[in-house]
Amino acid sequence: MTDFIEPHKKSEIDINAVSFDEVKQPGPASFINQAKGFWVTFSTMFKKNQTVQYPDVKAPTAPRFHGRHQLNRHPDGLEKCIGCELCAWACPADAIFVEGGNNTPGNQLSPGERHGAVYQINYLRCIFCGLCVEACPTRALTMTNEYELADDKREKLIFEKEDLLAPLRQGMLAPPHPMYPGMTDTNYYNGDVKESHPSQNGQG
Amino acid sequence: MTTAELLGADPGWLIAVKGLLVFIICVICTLMAVWTERRVLAKMQLRTGPNRVGKFGLLQSLADGVKLALKEDIIPAAADKIVFIIAPIIATSMCFMAFAVIPMTGVVNLFGHKTALQLTDLPVGVLYILAVTSIGVYGVVLAGWSSGSTYPLLGGLRSSAQVISYEVAMGLSLVAVFIYAGSMSTSDIVASQHQHIWNAVVLFPSFVIYVISMVGETNRAPFDLAEAEGELVGGFHTEYSSLKFALFFLAEYVNIIAVSALATTLFLGGYHALPGLGFTESWLGGWFTLIWFFIKVIAFFFIFMWLRATLPRLRYDQFMKFGWKVLIPSSLLWILIVATLRVLQQQGAPRTTILAFAGLVVVIVMSISSLMDRTKQKARAPLPDGDTPNFPIPSLPHAKSVNVSGGK
Repeated sequence: MTDFIEPHKKSEIDINAVSFDEVKQPGPASFINQAKGFWVTFSTMFKKNQTVQYPDVKAPTAPRFHGRHQLNRHPDGLEKCIGCELCAWACPADAIFVEGGNNTPGNQLSPGERHGAVYQINYLRCIFCGLCVEACPTRALTMTNEYELADDKREKLIFEKEDLLAPLRQGMLAPPHPMYPGMTDTNYYNGDVKESHPSQNGQG
Repeated sequence: MTTAELLGADPGWLIAVKGLLVFIICVICTLMAVWTERRVLAKMQLRTGPNRVGKFGLLQSLADGVKLALKEDIIPAAADKIVFIIAPIIATSMCFMAFAVIPMTGVVNLFGHKTALQLTDLPVGVLYILAVTSIGVYGVVLAGWSSGSTYPLLGGLRSSAQVISYEVAMGLSLVAVFIYAGSMSTSDIVASQHQHIWNAVVLFPSFVIYVISMVGETNRAPFDLAEAEGELVGGFHTEYSSLKFALFFLAEYVNIIAVSALATTLFLGGYHALPGLGFTESWLGGWFTLIWFFIKVIAFFFIFMWLRATLPRLRYDQFMKFGWKVLIPSSLLWILIVATLRVLQQQGAPRTTILAFAGLVVVIVMSISSLMDRTKQKARAPLPDGDTPNFPIPSLPHAKSVNVSGGK
C-alpha cells in the first residue's frame, strides 16, 4: 500500500510543533440560564409582530432594490438603447437577447446610427444581479423597484421591448422621430437635449 | 352515589349520545388546537400565523382538512396494501378510545338525565388508557413497516421505541398516584384530589416525570426526533397522503389532548375548580366544571406549544439515555419513597417517624448526588503530562497532544 506515498515516520513529526489553541469547554449552562430561553419565547408573544400582510399591504422596498428592468428614454422621447448588446454579454444567466438595427431617416428610434430592434429579458432566467445595468454605456438600462413578476405562462415572463420601455413623460414624443435639430448623438449623451422640439413632431 | 353507579344508570341512547359527544369534542379540539398552535407559535416568532380563512383564520384547519381530503390518495407500489390502510385507522381510533374514561364534568343534567360527561368508568380506567395508547403504537409501527420504504421504516422504529420507553416512565409516574388515591379509576382519583389536595402538589416529582414523558410519548418537540425533517423526511408517515395522512395528523393532536386530559385528571384535580374557586361549580350547575376541565387541558397544551417554540430537538441517544437512565430510575426511587410513607401513614406511625423517614431520604439523595458530582469532576480532571491516548484525537483541554502520525 505504500508503493507511491511514503508516510512520515513517527520520529519525524514533532507533536509539540503542531500549534493548537486550547479551547475552554463551557460545560452545561446553569439551570437559570436554560430557563431563560422560555422567557424569551414567552415575552416575544407580547411584542409587535413583523409580518407584512402582503397582498393587502405592500411595504415599500429599499430604494435601490433590484426589480424589473426599464429601458429609459432621452427627454425628447428617443430611446437611449443603441443595441450594443453589452448587457446581453454581461448577463451571467444569459437572460437578455438584443438585436441591433440601423436608424434610417424614416425610422429614427434613438440618437446616432443604431437602435435596439429586438430587446428581450427572460425573467425565468434573470437573477437580478444588475451586471447588465453596470454594463450599459448609455444608461438605457436601469432597474425599477417593481417585484411582482409572477405569472402562469412561461411566455409571459419573456418581456419584450415594449414591456420594458419607460413611459412617455411630459415633453416627450413617441419615436420614431428625427433628432433634435442641431444636436448630435454626443449632445444627447451629454444631456444637452432637455425636451422635444416642435419640428420633430411634424415629420414623425 | 359514586360516578360508576351514576353512569351505570345511563340508558343506552344516552351512552350513544355521549360517545358522539366525546368524538365531536375531540375533533373540534383538534381543529382548534391546530389553529391555536400555529397562531401561538407564530406570536412567539414575531409572526402573525394563519389569519385569512374565516375570522382570525379560525377555519384554517378545517380548510386544510378539506384540502387533504381532496388530494390524490397514493399507495406506493412497494407498500403492503392492507396494513398500509389499517395502520392509520388503528392509530386514530385508539386515541379516541382513550378519551372514554376521562371525566370531563361532575354531575350534569343531560337531556333530563342526571349523569356525568364521561363515557364509562372502569375500576382500572388509567390502566385502560395506558393499554389503548400502547395499541396506538401499532399504528405507527405498521405504518412505517408497510410503506415499503426506508425512511418511514426508520421513523416508525424510532417513534415506537420512543413511545414504548416513555410509556414505562409514564406508567411508573402514575403508580404513585394509584398508591396515594387508592384507586385506578379516573373518577375516584379526581374525587380523592377534591377531598385532599391536588396530586401535582403532594406528588410533585411524579407530576414532573409525567409531564416530561407525555411530551416524549406524543412524539412532540423537543422529542420529535421521529419526524426529524433533516434526517428522516417526515418519519413514519412519509409515504402517506390525503385522508390517511389526515388521520395520522388527527391522531397526533387527539393524543396530545388525551395525555393533557389525563394529566389534568390525575394531577390537577380533574374537572373541579381551582382551590378557593369552588363556588363557580354551583353557578351553572355541573356544566361549569367542563370549563374548568378545558382551562386545565388548554394550559397543558400551551406547555406543549411553549416547549416546541423554545427547545431544540434532542439527539436520539441523548433522548433514550434520558428516558432510561434518568426518568425511569428516579421514578422507581420516588415510588419506593411514596409507598413507604403511605404504609407508615396507614399503620398509624407517629408524625415524627414519617418526617424522620422523609428527612433521611432527602439526606441520602443529596449525598448520592454530591458524590456523583465529585466523580464527574474527577473524570474531567486533566490527564498527567505525557499520558496521551494511543489514538488520534483533536485537542482537548485534558489531553493536549495531537497524535497525527501515519504509521505503517
